[in-house]
Amino acid sequence: MKPVKSRDDEYTMSSPEAAGTAGAASGLALERREFLKLAGGGLIVFFAVGDGLALQEGARGGGYPDDPNAYLKVGPDGRVTCFTGKIEMGQGIITSLAMMLAEELDVPLEAVDMVMGDTALCPYDAGTFGSRSTKYFGPPMRQAAAEARGVLVRLAAARLGAAEEELATKDGAVYIAKSPSKKVTYAELVGGKKIEVRLEKKPSIKHHSKHVVSGRPTLRTDARAKVTGEAKFSGDIRLPGMLYAAILRPPAHGAKLRSADTAAAEKVPGTRVVRDGDLVAVLHEKPDAAAEALVLVEAEFEPSDSKLDNASIFAHLKEAAPRAEVVVEAGNLEEGARLAVKTVEKSYFAHYVAHAPSEPHTAVAQVEGDRATVWASTQSPFRARGEVAQTLGLPIANVRVITPFVGCGFGGKNQGGQIVEAARLAKLCGKPVQVAWTRKEEFFNDTFRPAAVYDIRSGLDAENRIVFWEYKNYHAGSRSSQPVYDIPHKRVLSFGGGWGGGDAGAVRAHPFGTGAWRGPGSNTNIFATESHIDVMAETAGLSPLEFRLKNLADARMKKVLGAAADRFGRSFSKAPAGRGYGIAITDYLGTYVATMAEVEVDKEKGTVRVVRVVCAQDTGEVINPEGARIQIEGCITMGLGYCLTEEIRFKDGRVLDENFDTYEIPRFSWLPKIEVVLVDNPDMAPQGCGEPAVTVMGAVIANAVYDAIGVRMHTLPMTPARILEAIHSERGTG
Amino acid sequence: MDKTIRFKLNGKEVRVESPPERMLLWILRADLGHTGTKYGCGEGLCGACTVLVDGKPVFSCQYPLSKVEGKSVLTIEGLARGGRLHPLQQAFVDHDALQCGYCTPGMIFQAYALLLRKPNPTEAEIADALEGNLCRCGSYNRIIAAVQTAAKAMKGAIHEAR
Repeated sequence: MKPVKSRDDEYTMSSPEAAGTAGAASGLALERREFLKLAGGGLIVFFAVGDGLALQEGARGGGYPDDPNAYLKVGPDGRVTCFTGKIEMGQGIITSLAMMLAEELDVPLEAVDMVMGDTALCPYDAGTFGSRSTKYFGPPMRQAAAEARGVLVRLAAARLGAAEEELATKDGAVYIAKSPSKKVTYAELVGGKKIEVRLEKKPSIKHHSKHVVSGRPTLRTDARAKVTGEAKFSGDIRLPGMLYAAILRPPAHGAKLRSADTAAAEKVPGTRVVRDGDLVAVLHEKPDAAAEALVLVEAEFEPSDSKLDNASIFAHLKEAAPRAEVVVEAGNLEEGARLAVKTVEKSYFAHYVAHAPSEPHTAVAQVEGDRATVWASTQSPFRARGEVAQTLGLPIANVRVITPFVGCGFGGKNQGGQIVEAARLAKLCGKPVQVAWTRKEEFFNDTFRPAAVYDIRSGLDAENRIVFWEYKNYHAGSRSSQPVYDIPHKRVLSFGGGWGGGDAGAVRAHPFGTGAWRGPGSNTNIFATESHIDVMAETAGLSPLEFRLKNLADARMKKVLGAAADRFGRSFSKAPAGRGYGIAITDYLGTYVATMAEVEVDKEKGTVRVVRVVCAQDTGEVINPEGARIQIEGCITMGLGYCLTEEIRFKDGRVLDENFDTYEIPRFSWLPKIEVVLVDNPDMAPQGCGEPAVTVMGAVIANAVYDAIGVRMHTLPMTPARILEAIHSERGTG
Repeated sequence: MDKTIRFKLNGKEVRVESPPERMLLWILRADLGHTGTKYGCGEGLCGACTVLVDGKPVFSCQYPLSKVEGKSVLTIEGLARGGRLHPLQQAFVDHDALQCGYCTPGMIFQAYALLLRKPNPTEAEIADALEGNLCRCGSYNRIIAAVQTAAKAMKGAIHEAR
């Protein structure tokens, strides 16, 4: 441990996500001074070059810029501030990260303040996605807290005239273990001082058996602000002179603006019209007045050249996927096929799905001279900072992105054109500007979960073991596409550019933007693989549970599956009785999930009612069991939508769903009985929890539907029309 | 054309000079700075903007200013009294009946209106009354539990609880 030195010369910019314009290195020194000014006095724990970030980003590896900011501060009032580039969008890390910090520093949870997603104050972060916050931000933060505790003990030793080994910590104070009345509080130790500590070694952290905060079910710390209306979202930011923007949108993706006559809109009192290339916006001090004036803009667009729709998309996607990534290859498929006595070959399909966050994308931007501040509904404030800097031609250090509470993200707010739109408009008109997408804009500008196709060919030997598995997915992305079963001969290929679209070769894959959607890749890969496993179970003449247990080698997965079955029961209908039971399992980035469900299917109407869902999950050490349960319950409830109704309808570049009347998301009446089983595994480091349980929902419901009516659904969502069609074609073919 | 509209907002008289056809949601959020009431869909399809007008739940994005003249509007900012949460708010806290919290004010008022009509609703009655309010995070199960807890805590005396 030594005092932090100026590290301006060590700074290198290598992250494309953080790329800004010139002057980054000198700008960083400025930012560092600004941080110290903003953070005030007290004990501040910084990280050594690369160390914290490398830990935080885990497998993504280094290459991220060294960051001037700290992970935590013990203030002169004894309050502890956690600085994290992660954001709170409902997933509950505002509570669980505070619990981890309180635990390691021995302060009450109530003494922890969370500063989240503020680029001027928080350490660099790639973004809040992939169920990574607890897994990757938690460990370095725990170490920073352990380090701070060590410093406080050292200071207290001098103060109390005792050796460090004689001291203990509790409730924000250091005391002599043998005579607890002799103590000094953290506030007394750091009051009036400015202590900067740079974390260089990794101090040991508490064993989970010593935890008194972590592992205890704890209510959300932000609930009070959210039930009183005090919680601020981006759209709640009010700045003097702020104008609301209504932005002209094309009728279809790929339709270019030909002309816009704004004369009538400009005549509306109080209205300003701003044009900058394709960006045409009407600004007004009332949001509704801006929206009304926008209607007066007469615009002409070139037609979109997209000729795709929901009926033609799957054939197109297979054509537009020239390259494949080999995800897994083992054994020899030909040898596997030779060993097989039964072969099963099927294709599965999933349509585009919207994020439909409760709060549409929103941002407020203020540009003053060569500095910009943006309040944004985003999952990636640091990426947004780079984008704003680039757009406005400012040094990255002159841009501050502040993230208020975010009203859902699910991956949709990794990207957000609204931030750059607000920044451009604020610069053009010289006043703060709020851009809040309407619901229709949200359904148009969203980065949808990609539609995708899955081809699976697999075989069983005479003992009903899976001997080969050939899996190809087109455009879903590779995550969770490796089989969790013990299969000697297998090959998994992932065609196309994954959920982000990206490089798909000469032909553009998607008619609009695509992106990560809660449990990206996995939620449809698992639909395909776990549906196919049920088809194989039936071919083998075994129950879906027996077949899975027989083909699993992973003891941890067997335990999780057993935990689900113990709670749910082990019976399957087999006879088409209108009521059925399903099962699906996954390994989502280290979190193991087994879900079982009961459904009722109305064969006349084609409707599915999900009656009961049991989810067992092993997510390693659980920081906040209550928070984990809520996330799993939310995954199950939200997941019903992409199973049963959610599908973006589109034609020739137009998005036909514009609001919740046609795009149906789960409601109160859909609610099944939900039971969550947390499988105890505290010796494993905390894994992610925000996404895993949503990824099995497609398969578990499809498998239960099959059990109920004896008809296999190969396409998500399983709408009444598709179920009726499948019933009729099944009858037709015999 | 601007008109002067007077109504009670959270117990206090307010006067708004505005075109009377503007929707209450924007009056609350942009003119009066009551940002606890949220925009979700703009078409009365999600319930995020639900407030109470004379004890009845309305979607404020579909409710013109002219209709509140002389009436009493309750928004989420006016529900707690003297720093003490209303039993419904407290029950939402105690059940963790929210995640992102964006739909929460609307949920609370839809539930409030239900408890005015039906002090001891069943699970099915709660689900039915709240069917038009969407929660993308999927907190429905906990919201039902919270409303039941609040109903028990108030024993039918929802007005006195304020």
